[in-house]
Amino acid sequence: MTAMSGRLAALLADRPAVAGHHPWPRYEIDHDTWLAVGQALGEGEGDLLGLWGEKDNVHLALRIHGQARPCVVSVRVKIADFPSIGRFHAPAIRLERAVRDLYGFAPLGMLDRRPWLDHGAWGVRAPLGSRPPAARRDPAAYDFLPVIGEGLHQIPVGPVHAGIIEPGHFRFHANGEIVARLEERLGYVHKGVDSLLTDVDLDRAGRVVARISGDSTVAYSFAYARAVEAALQFSPPPRAQVLRGVMAELERMANHFGDIGAICNDAAFSLIHAHCGIFRERVLAASERAFGHRLMMDRIVPGGCEDASPGAARSIQAMLDEVEKPFAEIVRLYDDTPSLQDRTCNTGVVGRALVEQWAAGGHVGRASGRNFDTRRDFPYPPYETAAFDVPVLEAGDVDARVWVRIREIGESIRLLKGWIADLPGGPTRAELPPREGVSEGIAMTEAFRGDVLVWVRIVDGRIARCHARDASWFQWPLLEAAIEGNIVADFPLCNKSFNCSYSGHDL
Amino acid sequence: MRTLLLRSLFLRPVTVPPPAPGAPPTEDTVLIELGRALEMRARRLFGRSITIREVDAGSCNGCELEIHALNNAVYDVERFGIKFAASPRHADVLLVTGPVTHNMRAALERTYAATPDPKWVVAAGDCAAGCGVFAKSYATVGSVSAVLPVDLVIPGCPPKPIDLLKGLITLMEQATAKATP
Repeated sequence: MTAMSGRLAALLADRPAVAGHHPWPRYEIDHDTWLAVGQALGEGEGDLLGLWGEKDNVHLALRIHGQARPCVVSVRVKIADFPSIGRFHAPAIRLERAVRDLYGFAPLGMLDRRPWLDHGAWGVRAPLGSRPPAARRDPAAYDFLPVIGEGLHQIPVGPVHAGIIEPGHFRFHANGEIVARLEERLGYVHKGVDSLLTDVDLDRAGRVVARISGDSTVAYSFAYARAVEAALQFSPPPRAQVLRGVMAELERMANHFGDIGAICNDAAFSLIHAHCGIFRERVLAASERAFGHRLMMDRIVPGGCEDASPGAARSIQAMLDEVEKPFAEIVRLYDDTPSLQDRTCNTGVVGRALVEQWAAGGHVGRASGRNFDTRRDFPYPPYETAAFDVPVLEAGDVDARVWVRIREIGESIRLLKGWIADLPGGPTRAELPPREGVSEGIAMTEAFRGDVLVWVRIVDGRIARCHARDASWFQWPLLEAAIEGNIVADFPLCNKSFNCSYSGHDL
Repeated sequence: MRTLLLRSLFLRPVTVPPPAPGAPPTEDTVLIELGRALEMRARRLFGRSITIREVDAGSCNGCELEIHALNNAVYDVERFGIKFAASPRHADVLLVTGPVTHNMRAALERTYAATPDPKWVVAAGDCAAGCGVFAKSYATVGSVSAVLPVDLVIPGCPPKPIDLLKGLITLMEQATAKATP
């Protein structure tokens, strides 16, 4: 434990953990301690991993620097109040605004009092709380932060964007070509996921979780299955554990291929886009042959996973053989094209301090020097016993994010080759043990864009409450920082190099 | 890059090839036949092409990934005269995904209003078709047909690119029937 994290650790030391919460401890704390935890996070003693509401409670997952195991702290709301920690630790701001919109709790002392997910279109307020009826507001009415200066103009973009992408609104304040400020407004694809994950059976909750962000469906189902299994103290069969890893790496490859191509396409270099599109298609086709679904949706379930087809290993191996060399050539082309590098290098720089403060996962964090990967740092099967490198770069620009993704593809290929050469036999599903009473579980997995956190409370075999937090919560705000001082035309490059999820964030 | 481009000159396209005569139908041959049928119908109705504006009205982005795939070199819908436009003002077809969320309803209605007649609406994916797993939520309006007149539904979670292509053919059939009473 480092000296710096001493206070945060001391705050939670010697407290009894809530019984039945696995594998991380959960502590119930009072308002003063909650405030102190927020202040300590603000001073850099730990990472915020998630903040979510529940009836009468607000939970916060955090990782204290220097400690191997994260933990969860919970505070009971008084009447409807709990102390805001967003004023000390900015990454909590949007999460607190979301909790307020959904539950009607008031974070005391919060600085940004604008609604976030509630666009005034639901007909009710606090849909997971007291649900008082509310008059519908004009969805476009929103107070964007003011920008003062000469020669500034606004560029509103969205929610319906020009490409085949998800909806969200970007408000640029530009001075000529230079972006002075970007402010995001999200929540357009809010589907009420938290309410659909309240008092529901395990299967149905699993199907919802698999559809929180379609591009990361494997990572979500993986995290959900592990959270349920942690709560029920159950370990799936060895074959299922390895197949889960195979699916997760196939998903990572497919997404990185697609995004590398799309980033180059946004710099008008369509050749790489065309080739990466083919690579992506090959991965999806192999995934379908192996697992019966191109995106491998609903394959991972609590208790194990669907078995792979008899020829799975062969078709994945054939796909890897087919894409590995041509991809290396495309990477060389990327590296050898100054006109392309001119667009990606020094564009959309995010500093190390910001990614550390926000605990930004995935390529966003790793391209700016944050050396974190859930697979290595909170290890879980089948990664516990696997050897792989975690590429970390320092430059923090679009180019660095491209390179992190390129190298991650290489690592995924290595992992896949190792696993499919030696797939364990045996069953892939096992019956979950029946369990009376309350049990809670939490799990984090590494999706292609960063860490996904899923928390569940199971009461008598049913999901009483489940919450999923996407990596995008801690990446979207950094996109606002990345584009500052860049030209408007570089926004698509920056945006695609992040590729945050709208649906995963809006829930 | 020069070697790559030079080699590309002599490579066969990765785009699925036409079937040999008498060959049993595989997914590839189905694809090529579908494309041909689609091309003929699109030509009869729209001259040479149709233009699609995709609108995500609340999807999980799974459908978007597969719609994207229509544009890659393997499916390459542009060879059949189908292309995606950036603006609804240029579109013949609105391809809508997702359960329509309350927060996206106004934007979807405005996009529809901005699309010139004649126009068609295709609801793609199980959410757009019947609200999927997101039914019974305070935040969703329902399927696309709850908001817009839908001409065609393409089921699937998400629909595969081949299913999307089949769906577009069906739409052409319906539209041709409507245009020539």
